[in-house]
Amino acid sequence: MKEYVYFPGCSLEKIALSYHLSTLETTKALGIKLKELEDWNCCGATAYFHVDELLAYTLVARNLAMAEKEGSEIVAPCSACYKNMYFTNVHLNEDPDLAEFINEALHEDNLTFTGKMNVKHLIELFADDVGPEEIKNKVIHPLDGLRVAAYYGCQILRPRKDHEDVEQPHYFEELMSAIGATPVDFPLRLTCCGGSLLITSRPAAYSMINNLLHNAQLAQADVIVTACPLCQVNLECYQQQVNQEFGTQYSIPVFYFTQLIGLALGIPPKKLGFGKEFLSPKKAIEAIKNIHSQEEVISQ
Amino acid sequence: MATKPTFSTEVANLLHAAEGNPLETCIQCGTCSGSCPVAKYMDQTPRRIIAMVNAGMKDEVLKTNTFWYCASCYQCTVRCPSGIDIAEAMYALKRYTMWKNQYKEGLVGPTFSETFVKTIVRSGRSYEPLLAPTYIFSYGIREFFNEALNATNLMLKGRIPILPPRIKRLENFRRMIAHIIPIGGIE
Repeated sequence: MKEYVYFPGCSLEKIALSYHLSTLETTKALGIKLKELEDWNCCGATAYFHVDELLAYTLVARNLAMAEKEGSEIVAPCSACYKNMYFTNVHLNEDPDLAEFINEALHEDNLTFTGKMNVKHLIELFADDVGPEEIKNKVIHPLDGLRVAAYYGCQILRPRKDHEDVEQPHYFEELMSAIGATPVDFPLRLTCCGGSLLITSRPAAYSMINNLLHNAQLAQADVIVTACPLCQVNLECYQQQVNQEFGTQYSIPVFYFTQLIGLALGIPPKKLGFGKEFLSPKKAIEAIKNIHSQEEVISQ
Repeated sequence: MATKPTFSTEVANLLHAAEGNPLETCIQCGTCSGSCPVAKYMDQTPRRIIAMVNAGMKDEVLKTNTFWYCASCYQCTVRCPSGIDIAEAMYALKRYTMWKNQYKEGLVGPTFSETFVKTIVRSGRSYEPLLAPTYIFSYGIREFFNEALNATNLMLKGRIPILPPRIKRLENFRRMIAHIIPIGGIE
């Protein structure tokens, strides 16, 4: 059984609880063991880096140093946590002076960063480590007929981490095909949801959300599927406000990819956190022709 | 005699892991502005900001909302043919204005970031309800009620915690932070 250190991040504690629940359920079903990092602290989102870079590196390095004691690979479901951990790890490895300076601070918590951790996003675990083929073999209820807009967003891909394709990625669509869903042609799949501009520059964020929803609607997507809590909240929880602002009538549910994979693996919807949405998943689930537990979802 | 660094050098010095001054390698092609999803809301586009930084137009640059409107999507960074990490340069400008306490009036970004960091320094984890006062009063009345309604919905769906979360080894954590920044100053 493959084991990873799991860094849920602040969003998954509550606002993205369904992501957390569905992550735990689906990984268990695929024979992966996630061990939650004990006493982890916030990754800093973008705010620490606005204020002080050294502070930002220190706070991220604390998590990495604690993780080093537990295993060799750490996985984050949130794109911002992932990006921060990934690049802090890279920069501290490249710059021994910086690492030494930060280690002095970490010693206050009896920790040392050595830089041996491998940082991964949760979706990489499904797309690379398990792979669509194996997931396909475990599918019990293929999501036939469900048209999904696979939405990558920004920080999973950018800045470029390794040699991955940042302009034409396809692993997300492959995962969706593996569970029987139909990935639609969604040209804005790599375009930003607005992120924290929703708070700091609301008109700009609303227009960015509007563009994405419009694009998904044109593609006749039943649902948008995401791998980031901020994308989910922006696209789903503010759909009504965007409708008010632009005179539109969007009603497109936004799920986490783990929720859909979980459904296909035959995990009961309640265990995957369905029912915490602002927009009822009913219409989307009705589109799934084969699903046996359909009744249960609709009744929620 | 030491010469005063140019504004462009000052900004470049705030870019981690950069060698020399990458901003000076800008060829003004505009790929960044063309790729930026927020460009139309910015006072100056990313391409123009880089040119202005290189031209030493410090006061004009600091008066724009441009870098505070950057959503950190890094589309410019991955596409820049000169390999400039433009999103990182936007971060550098944000830090520059935070330190100098000199930014365009009416921006929510600086206060929000500061409050966010203070929340983390206090408890180790983020807590949405503590952040709301930094922005909610800057909205018009309709947005104010929209936001309150959304918060209520999140609460009802069990998506906002009642109490702020905190980490266990908070004492160590705060001593660790004090090593990096004067913690008295941030409270």
